[in-house]
Amino acid sequence: MTPTIINPKQIIAARVARELKDGNVVNLGIGLPTMVPHFLPEGVNVILQSENGYIGLGPLEGEVDPDIVNAGGQPAGIVSGGAFFDSLFSFELIRGGHIDVTVLGGLEVDEEGNLANWMVPGKMVPGMGGAMDLVTGAKKVIIAMEHTAKNGSSKVLKKCRLPLTGKGVVDLIVTELAVFRVTEAGLLLEELQEGVDLETVQEKTEASFRINPKLQIS
Amino acid sequence: MNKITSLEEVSSFLKDGMTIMAGGFMGVGTPQELISAILKADVKNITLIANDTAFVETGVGPLITNKRVKKVIASHIGTNPETGRQMIAGEVEVELVPQGTLAERVRAGGAGLGGVLTPTGVGTVAEEGKEKLMVDGREYLLEKPLRAEVALLKAYKADKAGNLVYHRSARNFNPLMALAADTVIVQVEQLVEIGEIDPDEVMTPGILIDKIIVNGGYVS
Repeated sequence: MTPTIINPKQIIAARVARELKDGNVVNLGIGLPTMVPHFLPEGVNVILQSENGYIGLGPLEGEVDPDIVNAGGQPAGIVSGGAFFDSLFSFELIRGGHIDVTVLGGLEVDEEGNLANWMVPGKMVPGMGGAMDLVTGAKKVIIAMEHTAKNGSSKVLKKCRLPLTGKGVVDLIVTELAVFRVTEAGLLLEELQEGVDLETVQEKTEASFRINPKLQIS
Repeated sequence: MNKITSLEEVSSFLKDGMTIMAGGFMGVGTPQELISAILKADVKNITLIANDTAFVETGVGPLITNKRVKKVIASHIGTNPETGRQMIAGEVEVELVPQGTLAERVRAGGAGLGGVLTPTGVGTVAEEGKEKLMVDGREYLLEKPLRAEVALLKAYKADKAGNLVYHRSARNFNPLMALAADTVIVQVEQLVEIGEIDPDEVMTPGILIDKIIVNGGYVS
């Protein structure tokens, strides 16, 4: 059953879910992106890849098998028809263009489709894990993140300030306020989330963006 | 040749200042008894190659916690706060490598390659100090091979020849590391007779395995 949408993260996850097509092979980053499968429309089934070495990542059902964890190291399951493999093969899938969509969180994205989501110098240096490979190799990179940081500052910037995860790699940015597509000519505002007006998005977005003429703004 | 050994004998392979690779992803697929053997052997100044530094008390984490590591080459250290603390304090050197690149570097080390060309990390800090090459109009980083003196693996099952079967997502870096070290030691849950593992099921052939530690006992 699709959960009720009550908070910004759910708004984002539900909108990202509508980007996925039946049969897509998808890799989800930790945190917010893992909420996306709950919102998949009826009739849309995706195959989840887990960077630690399998396709068919599924929810934990029944007893915990300590040898099955997701990319966050948490107990997980594998669906019928799934397959395990080693880390080399896992990243051949990722880097080699065999993953249709990756959905990742973001600290900053910018007008050129640059992404920063792996470190804050002096504060947080967890390492890039598989993120740099994912943004390099996945056919479509969707960034699912809240529009502003905790202090209210925009996360959609003219130019990323934090160290990059990938250069010019982002295809789509989904926030609780809006959806932007990254184009050769910069950001294109594709949608406003329900109940959000253009002024709010303009005010909370540092980046310049064009507005898709098809977008009906009342 | 008898490959079955004891933890005491394993410690004779371990020396101060050596480079050790260990399989595992956040501790899953890490040979915990072999990690304990390093701690017991009082070996230090290790260069550790592993996907991540796991947790303070599990996986390869205790090697960091107990200050046995001089340098770590990994893709992720975020789940073990002790690694970050020692890095900031200058007690441990950390080389962060994208996970797919780490896998390819270990592969190159085990496959006799001089390195690999990857587009991962181009335009980021991961390209610093690395040679860049253009191939058919796309930019790549030259990533060099990684090898170790000792590789510590975890498998589910071995026969007495060292043919290995891994279990679920505990496979991860183990098969790659089996090729990339001078001495390869595996910890297994089950040991069976030669011939009891179907050749089609073998995931790592026994010729790569030097020593076997059985922690689940012999299964007849």
